Amino acid sequence: MRTELTVNGRTRAVEVEPRTTLLDALRDQLGLTGAHAGCEHGVCGACTVLIDGAPVRSCLIFAVQADGYSITTIEGLAPGPGELSPVQDAFCETHGLQCGYCTPAMILVAHALLTKNSTPTPEEIVDAISGNICRCTGYAQIIEAIALAAERMRGTNRPPEQVR
Amino acid sequence: MKPAPFEYSRPATVEEACAILADDDGARIIAGGQTLVPMMAMRLSRPTRLVDIARINALTFVREKDGEVAIGAATRQCNAERDPMVRNKIPLLATALPFVGHAPTRARGTIGGSLANADPAAEISLVAVTLGATLVYRTGNEIAKTAAAEFFLGPLITALPAGSCLTAVRFPVWKEKRVGVGFHEINARRSDFAFVSAAAQVALDEEGVCRRIAVGVGAVTDTPMRLAAIEQAFTGRRIKENELRAAVNQVLSYTEFMSDLHASAEYRQRVAETLAVRAVMDAVAQAEKINAH
Repeated sequence: MRTELTVNGRTRAVEVEPRTTLLDALRDQLGLTGAHAGCEHGVCGACTVLIDGAPVRSCLIFAVQADGYSITTIEGLAPGPGELSPVQDAFCETHGLQCGYCTPAMILVAHALLTKNSTPTPEEIVDAISGNICRCTGYAQIIEAIALAAERMRGTNRPPEQVR
Repeated sequence: MKPAPFEYSRPATVEEACAILADDDGARIIAGGQTLVPMMAMRLSRPTRLVDIARINALTFVREKDGEVAIGAATRQCNAERDPMVRNKIPLLATALPFVGHAPTRARGTIGGSLANADPAAEISLVAVTLGATLVYRTGNEIAKTAAAEFFLGPLITALPAGSCLTAVRFPVWKEKRVGVGFHEINARRSDFAFVSAAAQVALDEEGVCRRIAVGVGAVTDTPMRLAAIEQAFTGRRIKENELRAAVNQVLSYTEFMSDLHASAEYRQRVAETLAVRAVMDAVAQAEKINAH
């Protein structure tokens, strides 16, 4: 089946079987390998992307269901080539990642949280990442990273980077 | 973890969806897909065709009519969670919704999908049974309805006839001035399936006497269970925690509890008692804060 996916601001047509998940279409057809295939049944959260700004499991939606939505992957978050978003920067600085497998998804859910809530409490941060499993960090540095990013984004006195 | 091949249809109307379902025994409805897709990935479910109802506008609404708030079956859980009418008129559902999965699954998962899936641990089903909601569905050209208490038959089994499409769920609105709600659940980690859940809604009069009470427990039996005996015992009385606990203990002693690797029947019984009491006392405390005048 032919379907059109709008990813990081660009609309592209892909030819997929109905059973192809959005995750597989992003990775195999569009070459966007930042969404990671972990459990492929909705438990680990590594495949999380933003659909119309909200975190969604890309392994639990078929590509043929996703036309017309605005999809954001980790590749669409940085403001320019060689640059990092404030959330990405904060993850680097606080050692919010080790192996990196969960990281794109963690950063996307953090981005979605900070877009609608510029002053999250630690509980709100924990709630936002509660659907995402990290087996390295023990989560403490991830929470620290998101709190740091929130503080910096408040300091810049302008809304968070617009997602392309 | 790849589903078996299937055909995909996206009908524009419920009528069309029902026609497709009638033509193909292997066809299944997909709305949010947050339970169905994992089942398909594990090949526990192998539909020949998916009928996607997620974008049928006629199935996406929240509206009040005749003392009830009706929610369209394809309304996403995240939208119901944010809806002011749900918050004001069905506070128990609004309180329970944040416990449903986690934000990324609520962003796709639907109210009707959770009900039709009939997981014994599902929070929306528990609220529907506790409040005595009505489920509306379409089979071919017929529209029918059933009480939540009769809809759930067992784990993942409902009274929905083959080829039907759930279209809405209608929750009764309590008109009393002083209405409070409580919801509690225990699970291994936030956003995981409940081992035990409890929901309560209480209406008090200006003296603090209970005028109406609804209480239910979930995840402990094959279907959500409403504790009707508690409702009869405490309507027209002031609710005292020690009396309530004794009564809940008595009611639950007649129940056969589920048991699994995570939680034994004895554990579930003990926790169900505690959570049911907490949910009711929370509801009472919340109602007491509302000025009757």
